[in-house]
Amino acid sequence: MSTPPRPKAARSGPVFDRIFGWLAKGSAIFTLAMLVAILMSLVVSAWPAITKYGLGFLTSTTWDPVKEEFGGLVMIYGTVMTSIIALLIAVPVSFGIALFLTELSPAWLKRPLGTAIELLAAVPSIVYGMWGLLVFSPVLSTYVQQPLQSMFSGVPYVGALFSGAPVGIGILSAGIILAIMIIPFIAAVMRDVFEVTPTLLKESAYGLGATTWEVVSKVVLPYTKSGVIGGIMLGLGRAIGETMAVTFVIGNFNQLDSLSLFQAANSITSALANEFAEAGEGLHQGALMYLGLVLFFITFVILSLSKLLLLQLRKNEGDKS
Amino acid sequence: MTTSEMLLKAAAVEQARGVKYAARKRVNRIALVLALGAMAFGLFWLFWILFETVRLGIDGLNLATLTQMTPPPNDEGGLANAIYGSVLMVGLATFVGAPIGIMAGIYLAEYDTKGWLASATRFVNDILLSAPSIVIGLFVYTVVVSRFKSFSGWAGIVALALIVIPVVIRTTENMLQLVPPGLREAAYALGAPKWKVILSITLKAARAGVITGIMLAVARIAGETAPLLFTALSNQFWTSSLSQPMASLPVTIFKFAMSPYENWQKLAWAGVFLITMTVLGLNILARAWAGKNKG
Amino acid sequence: MQTAIAQNSKISVKNLNFYYGKFHALKGINMEIPEKKVTAFIGPSGCGKSTLLRIFNRMFELYPEQRAEGEIMLDGENLLTSKKDVALLRAKVGMVFQKPTPFPMSIYDNITFGVKLFEDLSATDMEERVEWALRKAALWTEVKDKLNQSGSSLSGGQQQRLCIARGIAIKPEVLLLDEPCSALDPISTSKVEELITELKNDYTVVIVTHNMQQAARCSDYTAYMYLGDLMEFGATEDIFFKPKRKETEDYITGRFG
Repeated sequence: MSTPPRPKAARSGPVFDRIFGWLAKGSAIFTLAMLVAILMSLVVSAWPAITKYGLGFLTSTTWDPVKEEFGGLVMIYGTVMTSIIALLIAVPVSFGIALFLTELSPAWLKRPLGTAIELLAAVPSIVYGMWGLLVFSPVLSTYVQQPLQSMFSGVPYVGALFSGAPVGIGILSAGIILAIMIIPFIAAVMRDVFEVTPTLLKESAYGLGATTWEVVSKVVLPYTKSGVIGGIMLGLGRAIGETMAVTFVIGNFNQLDSLSLFQAANSITSALANEFAEAGEGLHQGALMYLGLVLFFITFVILSLSKLLLLQLRKNEGDKS
Repeated sequence: MTTSEMLLKAAAVEQARGVKYAARKRVNRIALVLALGAMAFGLFWLFWILFETVRLGIDGLNLATLTQMTPPPNDEGGLANAIYGSVLMVGLATFVGAPIGIMAGIYLAEYDTKGWLASATRFVNDILLSAPSIVIGLFVYTVVVSRFKSFSGWAGIVALALIVIPVVIRTTENMLQLVPPGLREAAYALGAPKWKVILSITLKAARAGVITGIMLAVARIAGETAPLLFTALSNQFWTSSLSQPMASLPVTIFKFAMSPYENWQKLAWAGVFLITMTVLGLNILARAWAGKNKG
Repeated sequence: MQTAIAQNSKISVKNLNFYYGKFHALKGINMEIPEKKVTAFIGPSGCGKSTLLRIFNRMFELYPEQRAEGEIMLDGENLLTSKKDVALLRAKVGMVFQKPTPFPMSIYDNITFGVKLFEDLSATDMEERVEWALRKAALWTEVKDKLNQSGSSLSGGQQQRLCIARGIAIKPEVLLLDEPCSALDPISTSKVEELITELKNDYTVVIVTHNMQQAARCSDYTAYMYLGDLMEFGATEDIFFKPKRKETEDYITGRFG
């Protein structure tokens, strides 16, 4: 077979290659632009409220659409409290799950159990919300809130924590449901960082006669410290931004009357979900946007910290290995 | 020390160790039992939620649910327009968002990998991945709904697409990074231009993983309510026009479930059942397919 | 140091230096690669033989920290500074790698992938080309009934011959083989070595190998490299039986490396 003449050019030229490269680069820039655009649009929309209240918005509990007086403390309190309760429950449970999956579980169970926990994360939040309101809160009311209330009534301080109508909605209820929602995120990160602990490190500890618990608490945990904290912050970031699950059970109550856990309240996300669609243009909408801006800002800070901590862990691994 | 003294000392040490060890063993056992308890705790909630969803959902699910439109309170009806709206908006959002996500993932894995733009994009992307979806809704409200003075299906699609993009970027980049460099080099060695190496070889090799990523993105937005609350809003009636407010399953469920009307609550459960089965089904399917294709 | 070759040179390397970042990997290489012969690069690990090979098709340009300076003349042009599209160079200078790398597509499509980049062939012509390439690579009889199956369904040795067929299908003038048998079993290795001896009838072949016996069996000319320097270059029998330098003799006789 004779050799064909050498081609003068490849069939698709370098021009197309460059266009493709621009499209790819443009898509990456689009992501950055999105973040900036969101931030800017929130600031612009919240401007009427920002100029009127400044930072005082964050400490005022008045929320009166009729008189056009707004302050965000009620919602901020709701967001913070529910997230704290969620973390208090989720962190130890996630740690236990990660411990189980890495050290205790037989090999054949690891994947199905891991998948089951990840499915908890896949359940949409509206399902959590509806289940929370119609199934969970009656149960919580009867089996947890009422007994707690009768047990501690009359006890100073602690009794106040459990006062108010024990109908299953409020800060405690929202906190518990949030906890269930963020457990899979925190557990997944913990499990991942536990798993990349060098086997040699663990074996050296076992070789000295340490028990499983001692290896995990004294060797693995310190080694993965920044990763664990990063994972917890990831869970916190999610809890703060969660909307539907909280909206169903938090009670949509715009006043901060008492510090009781059973008190109905509002979080930033539930306030937005309930009021935004009908909010009048102008100060009401501006105030809600201000809340949204606060939320976005807090989430951004927490998620950035989480990412930095996880990157730090990966760098340490690189140094040590 | 004499031998007997040494032996006695050894025995004492042994005994002290033994006592201490018994305590440590106890602590260990407690810790492991608690870990098992935590696992059971997690599984308990999963099963309870799924059980109730299935039980109450199937109860309200029948042919009418799928074929009739959302009714006024205390009237018979179904979820047809909500289902249609969800399918339409989720589909179009994926259609718009996935290519952008794939292209950006290609950029991160194949073009600039260690450059500043790539690092910044990865960082920002991971934040957007976990950011509150209600904020996306507010953003799209400001940019689309205010501009055009109406809630619309298009606005809903934009909001959902903005959620699809970070998910697809993350999975696409990860999958492309798994392709061995030797494969790319072999294609370059034949004289193939970069775009062809990426599309015909690298992307093809990572195809299963990328599709899995898209499936997971669909599962994610199928259940999202918050971003639709102030973009597509909702609609009691049937719309085929995307420039009108559009009903969707999650928003309809929200409205019905919070109401005191029993027929609405029943429909809400049916809707919840449909969404949960779809989302979990997609998740399981995606995982199974990824596992099968990894070989 | 130069050894005059009484042949036509296909590739002339003049004062070539190569850097990985700050590391000076190849030092002042001068070499003439004879046309339509098999030239082997041998030397201990890290001597630069693969590095040198990968300059001939500018594969190093995929990695920003790698840099080449000097002249490599191919058909009267310095391929390092040529303004022509690098894709055209790679169509002329083909490469087969250490590990078989079948593309994620059918055997047929693997072969046609490169051809389609440069030529517009009719369906019959394309089929002819595929059969020709597979015959040349001594793979046709084994795969002619399963051309539609995936490339990865073949054994390791067959996959490597597929990669060779793929490289030949675009009708290059030079074939670069980077340790092509290192991932293969002995039987596949001997098949590929037979193939190499045949290929030199049509192509200039340059092969990198860490297996001295393979170099002795297959090649006409051998270059011995050590720590980035070209120690000695000559006809294979000369290098192996009458090496001019002590370093070469030490390596050949296994005194080190």
